[in-house]
Amino acid sequence: MKLITAVIKPAQLDEVKEALRAFGVQGLTVTEAGGYGRQRGHTEVYRGAAYTVDLVPKKRVEVLVPDQDAGQLVDVVVEAARTGKIGDGKVWAVPVETAVRVRTGERGPDAL
Amino acid sequence: MNGADTAFVLVSAFFVMLMTPGLAFFYGGMVRVKSALNMLMMSFISLAVVSVLWVLFGYSLTFGPDTGGLIGNLDHAGLSGLSPDSLTERGGIPVLAFVLFQMMFAVLAPALMSGALADRVTFGAWAVFLALWVTLVYFPVAHWVWAEGGWLRELEVIDFAGGTAVHINAGVGALAAVLVVGKRIGFTKDPMRPHNLPLVVLGAALLWFGWFGFNAGSALAADGTAATMALNTQIATGAALAGWLAYERLRHGAFTTLGAASGAIAGLVAITPAGASVNAMGALVIGVVAGLVCSWAVGLKYKLGYDDSLDVVGVHLVGGLVGTLLVGFLAVDGVGGPVQFGKQALGAFSVLAFSFAVSWLLAKLVQATIGFRADPDDETAGVDQAFHAETAYDFTAVGGSAGRDPGGPPAAPGTAPRPSRATKVDA
Repeated sequence: MKLITAVIKPAQLDEVKEALRAFGVQGLTVTEAGGYGRQRGHTEVYRGAAYTVDLVPKKRVEVLVPDQDAGQLVDVVVEAARTGKIGDGKVWAVPVETAVRVRTGERGPDAL
Repeated sequence: MNGADTAFVLVSAFFVMLMTPGLAFFYGGMVRVKSALNMLMMSFISLAVVSVLWVLFGYSLTFGPDTGGLIGNLDHAGLSGLSPDSLTERGGIPVLAFVLFQMMFAVLAPALMSGALADRVTFGAWAVFLALWVTLVYFPVAHWVWAEGGWLRELEVIDFAGGTAVHINAGVGALAAVLVVGKRIGFTKDPMRPHNLPLVVLGAALLWFGWFGFNAGSALAADGTAATMALNTQIATGAALAGWLAYERLRHGAFTTLGAASGAIAGLVAITPAGASVNAMGALVIGVVAGLVCSWAVGLKYKLGYDDSLDVVGVHLVGGLVGTLLVGFLAVDGVGGPVQFGKQALGAFSVLAFSFAVSWLLAKLVQATIGFRADPDDETAGVDQAFHAETAYDFTAVGGSAGRDPGGPPAAPGTAPRPSRATKVDA
């Protein structure tokens, strides 16, 4: 099994969800995230006081997938998350040792 | 009794009542999420405290028979001696309409100071300070400026609707309180962005609307003076909004929403003392100058190192001074000139000195007895939770998509996000 993690623009979340659903992924986890990459943040001004906002709001999408799907799914997520503009985010996959479905106790790929 | 005048003053009083909730939104949107409710409550509590004090002794101290030009007496404590048939001395309207109208001013004035103290004072201490301040600072100063026999009125200082009595007074009172209470934890280090600018604009709009009652209503008659005042209010406010935006665009590179809302308030403040004594061109000048000067003045707190959180000093004190001083020269009908300017300056700086001294002492008194400043832990976690046991917004819901049919099967029962479990506290 692999854990695919994607940190994406919040506006692309629907695209990514849709693409994963179309691929047949059963579930995912989304968290609010903040961060920056090479684009850094931006500056806002309130009554003359400048604030550098360097943590840009992002969505972090996590999906557990069987090994054989991982490569293709990374491409699916990247495709759906891409706008071509700076700040599109990152996608990566790491091996997962075990996974358990809490309700039934199923283990390994059966739990996905 | 004049029915038209009475109707106008009553409706104006209703308008002015709306300014205090408007102010609550204007300030409430400007603070961080963790003290948004507290900011609303700091204004709202004034509607409770001052309405009560006003009928007990406030009206009488302010507008009761004069004692030495400084304060009224207690002849009308509890509104005794005033019946529905009592008319104002000018004969036009029931005294009770005037009592209501001026009550709304007394409610608004101390609430103005709350923005300077955002995020860091205990709610109970604020309510006590508010009661003391309105009694020992606002009632006397309003008497000086507006009451029969008040020394600034006898001196013919122009303060039509309260640029000196309300705005300079509250602005400098806020400065004194801030110097006693101290800076917010993290001032100039942590980001302290407004959490909801649309709320700020909504508040500014309500204030602008209510201010027609505040300014034009102060004519106490539906006449040409009221019309002049209403028109000049709009002219100066528009001009100040434009002036503030122009300054920001040149100085900081953007036309900000907060700047637009702030500029409008600066213009409203500045025209308040002056609007009945100037013509349209005079109102235009006062507005532009207020917009430019106040947008510069809000930066002073960083240079001088006082934490006037929401710029009560930069907008109300400075804006009040702009209007009060400029009308000395811009007043029409041969009134404006060096002599009138001297009177304006004397009035403004007398109120400034008196209000600063007494406000500082009252803040010290509250600090030394019941404690003004919130506990540092409460301040860091947010005064909403500490003093109101509430939070302004529910942030627990995440995910979900808007306005699109997903095309899949309907969600199984029980998969919808559940509301977070509330723990009931039995005290």
